[in-house]
Amino acid sequence: MSGIPHDHYEPKSGSGKWLHRRLPIVSLMYDTLMIPTPKNLNWMWIWGIVLTFCLGLQIVTGIILAMHYTPQVDLAFASVEHIMRNVNGGHMLRYLHQNGASLFFVAVYAHIFRGLYYGSYKEPREVTWIIGILIFVLMMGTAFMGYVLPWGQMSFWGATVITGLFGAIPFVGESIQTWLLGGPAVDNATLNRFFSLHYLLPFVIAGLVIVHIWAFHTTGNNNPTGVEVRRTSKEEAERDTLPFWPYFVMKDLFALAVILAVFFAIVGFMPNYLGHPDNYIEANPLVTPAHIVPEWYFLPYYAILRAFDGDVWVVIAASWITGGIIDAKFFGVLAMFGAIVVMALAPWLDTSAVRSGRYRPMFKWWFWLLVVDFFVLMWVGAMPAEGIYPYIALIGSAYWFAYFLVILPLLGVIEKPLPQPETIEEDYKAHYAATTGGTKTLAGAETPAE
Amino acid sequence: MFRKLTISAVAAAALGLAAGPALAAGADGKVYDYDFSFEGPFGSYDQMQLQRGLQVYTEVCSACHGLQYVPLRTLGDPGGPALPEDQVRAYAEFYEVWDPELFDGEGDFRPARPTDNFPASGLAGAPDLSLMAKGRAGFHGPYGLGLNQLFKGMGGAEYITSLLAGYTGEEKEEAGTILYENTAFPGGWISMAPPLWGDDVFYEDGSPTDIESLSKDVSAFLMWTAEPKLMARKEAGFKGVLMLTVLAVLLYLTNKRIWAPVKARMKENPAE
Repeated sequence: MSGIPHDHYEPKSGSGKWLHRRLPIVSLMYDTLMIPTPKNLNWMWIWGIVLTFCLGLQIVTGIILAMHYTPQVDLAFASVEHIMRNVNGGHMLRYLHQNGASLFFVAVYAHIFRGLYYGSYKEPREVTWIIGILIFVLMMGTAFMGYVLPWGQMSFWGATVITGLFGAIPFVGESIQTWLLGGPAVDNATLNRFFSLHYLLPFVIAGLVIVHIWAFHTTGNNNPTGVEVRRTSKEEAERDTLPFWPYFVMKDLFALAVILAVFFAIVGFMPNYLGHPDNYIEANPLVTPAHIVPEWYFLPYYAILRAFDGDVWVVIAASWITGGIIDAKFFGVLAMFGAIVVMALAPWLDTSAVRSGRYRPMFKWWFWLLVVDFFVLMWVGAMPAEGIYPYIALIGSAYWFAYFLVILPLLGVIEKPLPQPETIEEDYKAHYAATTGGTKTLAGAETPAE
Repeated sequence: MFRKLTISAVAAAALGLAAGPALAAGADGKVYDYDFSFEGPFGSYDQMQLQRGLQVYTEVCSACHGLQYVPLRTLGDPGGPALPEDQVRAYAEFYEVWDPELFDGEGDFRPARPTDNFPASGLAGAPDLSLMAKGRAGFHGPYGLGLNQLFKGMGGAEYITSLLAGYTGEEKEEAGTILYENTAFPGGWISMAPPLWGDDVFYEDGSPTDIESLSKDVSAFLMWTAEPKLMARKEAGFKGVLMLTVLAVLLYLTNKRIWAPVKARMKENPAE
C-alpha cells in the first residue's frame, strides 16, 4: 500500500498462511498499523487520531440517543428532556454528544490549519486534501442537521435561516428550498429528513475517512520539514521513519488523553457554555429570537455570508454585470461556499516549490494573519450586523479570499525560501544532537562539528 | 512540545472566549451576579434551599405556571430536594391530572401520582418553568467578557432572581394589557404582575422571607428543575478528569520510554 519501502507481513503459522491465501486482511492491518512514519512529526500531527476518536464517539453516543429520541415536532423537544431526566446516563450521553461536536470542530480546524502551514496539501497529497475538505463539508452539514433535532428555538430559526440561503439561488432557489424542507417552511417533514440524514452522513464520513487514510498512506505522511522520506532503499527509509505502532500510537494516545481530560471538564462542569440558552425554549414558529446565532464553529463562515451586503462595491458590480441575477443575498451565499472552495483549491493556488512554512519567511506572516483572521471572523460572526461590525467582517472576508487567490500564488514567485534540510534524519538529529546540551537548534542549522 | 501544547491550549481558550460572550447575548435587561451554592465546578445544590424553593413554587408560581417536563417522583431523587417517599406521594396528590383512560376511555381528572409529571401551565401565556433556568443567560460580566459564565455557569438562576426582584412598581396599560416595569426583563416591561411581595410564604425553618431571599430560593429550585442531574454530572466530570489525568500520565511515561532509545541513538551518534 505504501510507497515507502518497508517490511511486509509474512504469515508464519499454518492457519495464518491459510487465511492469507484467501483474504490478506491481517496483512492489510499490519501494513496500515506499521506504516513508516516520519520520525520528526510534531504535536500538530495528533489531530487525526482525535478526529477519528470524535467520529467514533459521536456515532456511539448518537446511536444510543437515537434509541430514545422522537423525530416529531410535537414530541422532539419533550423526548430530549426525557433523555435528560429519565434515561439512565442520558444526560451524560447527550452532553457528550453535544459537546463532542465542538471537540470535533476544534480538532478539524487545528488539523486544517496544520495542513495549511506545513503545505500538506501540496503535490502529491492533493487527493488527501480534497477528500479532507469533503469530510469537513459533510461534518458541517451533519452538525447543522443535528442542531435542529432538539427542536428548540435556535434549532428552528437556524434551520429557517440556513435553508433560506438556498432560496437565494436565482430562478431555481425556491424550488430547491421547498424540496430540501419537504414543504413551504421548516416543519415535521424537515425534522424527519434531517434526523434521517443526521444518522446517515456520519457513515458516509467514516467511508471517506478510510479513503483519506488510504490516500495519505499511499503518499506517506507529510512532516514539519516538508522533505520527503528517502525511498531509494529500505535502509535509508528506516533512518527517516519509525513504524506507526508503537511510536506514534502511544504519542497520539497520550495527546488524546490530555485533550479528553479537558473535554471531560467541559462536559462535566460547563456543558451548556458553548450552546445557546434559547435552544432550551421549545421551537415556536410565531416567535423569532432576538438574535439568531449559529454554533461557534459556523461563525467564521456566517460572518463571510453576512459581510457582503448591497453597499459593497463588488456586490454592486456583480449585480450590474449579471443584470441583477446575483443580488446581495446570493452573493453572500456564493462567498460563504466560495470560502471553502478556495481552501480546497489551495494545492493549485500555492505556487511555491517549498512545502513547509518553516522555510518560507514571508509565507509565515501571511499564514498567522490568516489564523488571526479566522478568529476575528468567528468573533464578528456572533455580533449583530450593525455599527462597525459589518466593516470588520468585510475586511476579514476580503483577507480570507486574498490569502488564497492572491497571496499564495504571488508568494511562490517573490519569496526567497530558507535552505531546507537534506533529509528528515538530519532535521531529527538537529533536535537531539548531544553537543547542543539539550537545547533545540534551529532546523536547517549546520550539524555540529565532530 | 509543551510550547506547542500551550499554544494549542491558548488557541482553544481564545476560541471559547471569542464565542462565549457573544453567544450569551440576548438579555438586554440588568442581571445581577447573585451567588448560588451550585455555581462553579465545586458547587452543589443546597437541599434545604431547594425544598424552600419548592414551597415558593407551589404556593405562588404554580397558580399560573407549570413544570410539564419534571416528573413528580424526581422530588425524591438524591441530589435534588430529596423529599422522603411518603412526602413525595402526599405532594403529588396535591395536583390533579387528566387521565384519558378513566371513565371508560372518555378521560377524567384524578389526583396525581409520583409517576406523573407536574401539570403544565394553567394560565395561557404563562411560560412553562421546567427549563427556564437554562433557557435564559445570566450575568455576563465582568465587562461583558463572559468570564462569569465560563467559571460559574450560564446563570439562568441569576436572571430569574434579578427578574423577580427587579420590579420598580411602575405600571402602564398597552392594548388592554397592564405591563409592569422590570429592570431585568428585556424591553423593560413585563406582563407578569409582581408575584412576590415579601412574607408570601411561611418557612418552617425560619429562613428569611424578604423578596430577594424568596426569589433566590425559587430560582435555585428552578435551576434544579432545569438541570436535575447537575450533581451526578459534576461527579462524573471529576471522575472522568481524574481517570483521564492518570491515564495521560501513564501514557506520557510509556511514550517517553518507547522513544528513549530512538532519541538516545541520536545523542550518542549524531553523525550516524
